[in-house]
Amino acid sequence: MRIPWRLLLFVSVIGYLAALVLVPIGAIVIRVVDAGVGTVLGELARPDAVHAMALTAILATIAVVINGLFGIVAALVLVRQRFWGRRLLDTLVDLPLTVSPVMTGLAFLLIFGRAGWLEWPLETVGWKVTFAFPGLVIATLFVTLPFTLREVAGVLVEVGTTDEEAAVTLGASAWQTFWNVTLPNIKHGLACGVTLTLARALGEFGAVLILGGAISGKTQTATTFIYAATEERKEGAAFGMALVLALVSMAVLGLLEWLKAPRKEE
Amino acid sequence: MNNVRRAVRHGSGGQVLRAAVAFYVGLLVVLPLVALVVKGVGVGPAGIFRAVMAPTARSALWLTLWTAGVMSAVNAVMGTFTAWLLVRHTFWGRRFLSSLVDLPLAIPTLVAGMMIVVLLGPQSKLGGFFAEHGFDIVFATPGIVLALLFINLPMVVRAVEPVMRELDPAEEEAARTLGAGDIRIFFQILLPPLLPAIVTGTLQSFARALAEFGSIVVVSGNIPLRTLTSPVYIFGEVESGAAETAAAVSLVLLALAATLLLAVRGLQQFLAAHRRT
Repeated sequence: MRIPWRLLLFVSVIGYLAALVLVPIGAIVIRVVDAGVGTVLGELARPDAVHAMALTAILATIAVVINGLFGIVAALVLVRQRFWGRRLLDTLVDLPLTVSPVMTGLAFLLIFGRAGWLEWPLETVGWKVTFAFPGLVIATLFVTLPFTLREVAGVLVEVGTTDEEAAVTLGASAWQTFWNVTLPNIKHGLACGVTLTLARALGEFGAVLILGGAISGKTQTATTFIYAATEERKEGAAFGMALVLALVSMAVLGLLEWLKAPRKEE
Repeated sequence: MNNVRRAVRHGSGGQVLRAAVAFYVGLLVVLPLVALVVKGVGVGPAGIFRAVMAPTARSALWLTLWTAGVMSAVNAVMGTFTAWLLVRHTFWGRRFLSSLVDLPLAIPTLVAGMMIVVLLGPQSKLGGFFAEHGFDIVFATPGIVLALLFINLPMVVRAVEPVMRELDPAEEEAARTLGAGDIRIFFQILLPPLLPAIVTGTLQSFARALAEFGSIVVVSGNIPLRTLTSPVYIFGEVESGAAETAAAVSLVLLALAATLLLAVRGLQQFLAAHRRT
């Protein structure tokens, strides 16, 4: 008898993906429904939960703006310019993808924390970085650094310099060239990069936990709220917030897929 | 023309932009990592050895390595099959399946861990069923592997997909016409040109597994000597104020990841050179 390998493979791959991704998502939805949607919503409407969500939204916005701008500039520098140390810089910007968030937290503690490199100057000025808002911002900026840069750089390599050279030949200034030629060319990559930055910022946990300390109502983000709620066995709050984060990140991913889809028409 | 190219390449503010980028990266990435390395190296070779060889640290490192290894093996096989399904077949729901593969990149890893606990934890029906038959998943090592599989789902698929798309299906069809079966076509025609991409994706997922924290910390139960992985161990040391030990173990993990990623980079360069010829 011939074994239907193709069918077998088909079924196993679909089964694998469903078991690994779909079923766990379904499980958390069911758990929230079981706990009562009203109860969970009530938990999420409490001030500390609202504060955590707002804080995460603010951090994600800061990351998108700052690392979005940085990503455009850095991509232009790395793709269009030739200079000594370019390859080193190119490697360095990818480091945040490899370093464990726990190590990121530790590394910044060694600079800003107790007995850290900058403890004395910071204390003199009266700035508090660790267990405060600036620490959360720094951690989020670190982990989201490469995303916009990589997407924009990919597009820059693809489109080449012909359009820009034409603009310069026709007498456009550097700023006009960027605004009227380069930016429209990279807007697609920029949008994808921003979306990835957003997703990463929403989900950051380890670094934000170590640097922020997850102080309820102060430095607690959506992820550290979930962690604290789990530790305190407040299941409704934990699962509710987890579901909110899962839904938001799925929406972000949907946006990304939608952004990537119309490429064929162009 | 050369002037134009210069203008595009360097721009008028090229130097300023370059300096700004270097400054930002220096401050945000290089400075903290230098601080980490200095702290780790400051412990001294003997100190690092002692920190890593302490029973809890050593068992954590070993657990991290073997669970990453098991995950990588499964991921290599299933990732290749998934890519094959997505590239070589058109079927209803293919785009949906493709989005499913990307989903773990978007979902926070902590949430991924929560989902696994909800589904397979001791309080759930499924988890209770497995536990009754003496097979603990959550708060045990299978849960760690499962979490790692979830977060690394796209790595091999997305590495293999573009390479497979470039391969001409005519070769596979020719082999079929000549009477080769599915298995033979897969191993003799499809697999050899895909191998470098599979290895790249697998090494990347292995490196990611060495760093994973969010999903593991909720899934594994973090029992020292049994289900405590290295990143969670580092977290514990940081929280209890033992920055030296944490930095020493971090250094070892970083060196491992760096070696792996250098291997990936070398492989990619080799591939790029190969493709051009």
